[in-house]
Amino acid sequence: MPLVNGGKIADDSFVKLAVDTPLPEGGDILVPAERFVGEADALLKRAGKIGVIWPNNRDISELVPYLGKLAVVALVFPTFRDGRAYSQARLLRERYNYRGELRATGQVLRDQFVFMLRAGFDSFEVKKQADAEAFMQTAKRYSVFYQPTGDGRITALHRRMQLRHSEGVGT
Amino acid sequence: MYAYDEIDRTLVNERVSEFRDQVQRRLSGELTEDEFKMLRLQNGVYLQLHAYMFRVAIPYGTLASNQLRALAHVARKYDRGYGHFTTRQNIQFNWIKLSDLPDALADLAEVGIHAMQTSGNNMRNVTSDQWAGVAPGEIEDPRIWSELIRQHTTLHPEFSFLPRKFKIAITASDHDRAAIKVHDIGLRLIKNEKGETGFEVLVGGGLGRTPFIGKTIKHFVHGRDLLSYIEAILRVYNQYGRRDNIYKARIKILVHELGIEKFSREVEEEWQHIRHSSLEIDDEVIEDIRSRFIYPAYEKLPHMPDELRQAAADPNFEAWRKNSVASHKNPGYSIVTISLKPIGAPPGDATAEQMDALADLADKYSFGEIRVGHEQNLALPHVAKRDLPALWKALDKLGLATPNVNLITDIIACPGLDYCSLANARSIPIAQELTRRFANHELANLIGRLHINISGCINACGHHHVGHIGILGVEKNGEEVYQITIGGRADENAALGNLIGPGVKFDEVADVVEDIVEAYLALRERPDELFMDTVKRLGVEPFKERVYATR
Ligand code: HEM
Ligand code: SF4
Repeated sequence: MPLVNGGKIADDSFVKLAVDTPLPEGGDILVPAERFVGEADALLKRAGKIGVIWPNNRDISELVPYLGKLAVVALVFPTFRDGRAYSQARLLRERYNYRGELRATGQVLRDQFVFMLRAGFDSFEVKKQADAEAFMQTAKRYSVFYQPTGDGRITALHRRMQLRHSEGVGT
Repeated sequence: MYAYDEIDRTLVNERVSEFRDQVQRRLSGELTEDEFKMLRLQNGVYLQLHAYMFRVAIPYGTLASNQLRALAHVARKYDRGYGHFTTRQNIQFNWIKLSDLPDALADLAEVGIHAMQTSGNNMRNVTSDQWAGVAPGEIEDPRIWSELIRQHTTLHPEFSFLPRKFKIAITASDHDRAAIKVHDIGLRLIKNEKGETGFEVLVGGGLGRTPFIGKTIKHFVHGRDLLSYIEAILRVYNQYGRRDNIYKARIKILVHELGIEKFSREVEEEWQHIRHSSLEIDDEVIEDIRSRFIYPAYEKLPHMPDELRQAAADPNFEAWRKNSVASHKNPGYSIVTISLKPIGAPPGDATAEQMDALADLADKYSFGEIRVGHEQNLALPHVAKRDLPALWKALDKLGLATPNVNLITDIIACPGLDYCSLANARSIPIAQELTRRFANHELANLIGRLHINISGCINACGHHHVGHIGILGVEKNGEEVYQITIGGRADENAALGNLIGPGVKFDEVADVVEDIVEAYLALRERPDELFMDTVKRLGVEPFKERVYATR
């Protein structure tokens, strides 16, 4: 699956480990949640970056003690219809101030990019090559947003206020 | 009326262009039907028995005349010349081609209408009182808050893939015309002791397979906290709502399984985290929305103009006036309900010609405004009393002056087997037969307020659980069978109806309803004891006896 990071198709330096794959010497690794929680101390001491794959039915606040040391949190969309990871993403970004890479994995299609970006994802394991290629174009589809989220984009309500005030100054 | 500005229009146009691209990808095979399904549903497109069905949102039931003309245009150009107004303040078109849909949406976008989130597992069209802003005694116009919620929930990045669909309704009157107790979230606008605006919040109501009346989760949420509180409810629901079984995925099941106390503790905890965030609404924002609702320049007019006095001599006019005309907050004006329930016709249908003509009448007599109610009727919200006789004549010519609002032939019915791929039984022909049985206006009037609701399957689109008489079509050994309940209601005293006994066959339904009505007429204590009150006083037994004694 192509990875889109920083708006471009990028190489993925991370190797995904299963629960029982032997730990490689060096290099960047992505570890499933249960393994990560079980061996966190050992894993974090190792050279190379570490990320965790967190299922969408597990309380994301469990990750809080480790957030400063994680390079990637990968959240999971088992189907594109299952939107639990959107809430997890916003909690990570907005409540727990996670600033590392937040990756969307699973059934990631182009029609979700805008929602995902707004929820705080910045990297995407995209299911279809064509969707990955269309990333920039799709991400720019909307210029108006009604709700505030942690992405800091100005909402329609506030844009109107600004327009009003600037009109007010002119007259 | 709410005036869309450039910002709203831009969003709607961006949505149309996105959907055009999605349809193209479907037609070229780039998207599978499974992938496309979710996307089309988010734009109100269902695949039905015979064709695609297209559901267009009418936020809080308010339409401008040019918008109604645009709906007429869609009916004429892309469909078969009519549309069907629904219990969710939407309009549906039943015969539209997939390849025409982007154009239909683009035509609607020109007048600020869209189909966003009229289907799919997201937050649906926000509904409200069809008399909002004109009903006497309302606390304030609930549409200001409905509009705030409409904006907040449109393309919400966290809640566009919920466990199930999600419906919010708002009322600001003592008499609830928005059925808030059978919605996922029901909001009742109130003032606290300090005179500040806020909401009683109900949660977990709904019909369908497992009907529930909503429960109060909080007695007062300040207006400034409304969005954060709703967001907290949705976040809890999004994370804990069941996804293993679509029949158990609604918030009503979560509330039921956790209990309202535990559920409200979860919400409270979440709310404390986000309450003082950018979701807090300042007065300026509300004032901005309020300023974009434009109210007519009412004149000072007599309460009892000569025109009305003279017309009162005509019994036909009087019959219509008595059940179609309601008091307005400005003396000299009235709210006129337009029955879309002519005898023998499918409830809620309007032809393109009728829609165009109604738009003209709205321009002439109601400051260009039309309302859509959940009873599948329309209303003109600002009619000067002196114009009532002329309006009545004009409506009569269009076949839109049936004097049956709130009477037994003002039936709410889903499309059932005539259009719906999920149906087990016919609904429309039952409604048609019942309107013929009770076509006699004297009799209907003698019976008084009585709502019949019909659904063609357990999904309850016709709200049968909350009909005074509810009729539910089910399938048994390959045959259509109808279960009959009595005593349901969807107003401020909302209740679910009780089954009167075994289901009856298609041909028997109208007879059974006649039996129930006869029993009521014989049992009522006084001529002004309503059907509902008689049922409440006596329970189902006497009705059951009457119906099954001879069957
Ligand atoms: C013709 C195609 C239609 C389809 C496929 C359809 C599908 C459904 C389904 C699956 C449900 C059940 C959801 C649940 O509560 O679990 C439902 C409920 C509902 N539908 Fe429809 N429907 C259709 C037409 C209509 C029409 C014409 C109306 C209005 C006249 C309508 C209004 C409603 C309402 C109000 C509910 C209420 C459920 C609640 O309050 O919980 N639907 N529909
Ligand atoms: S109640 Fe059933 S038959 Fe009627 S419209 Fe809804 S899904 Fe279709």
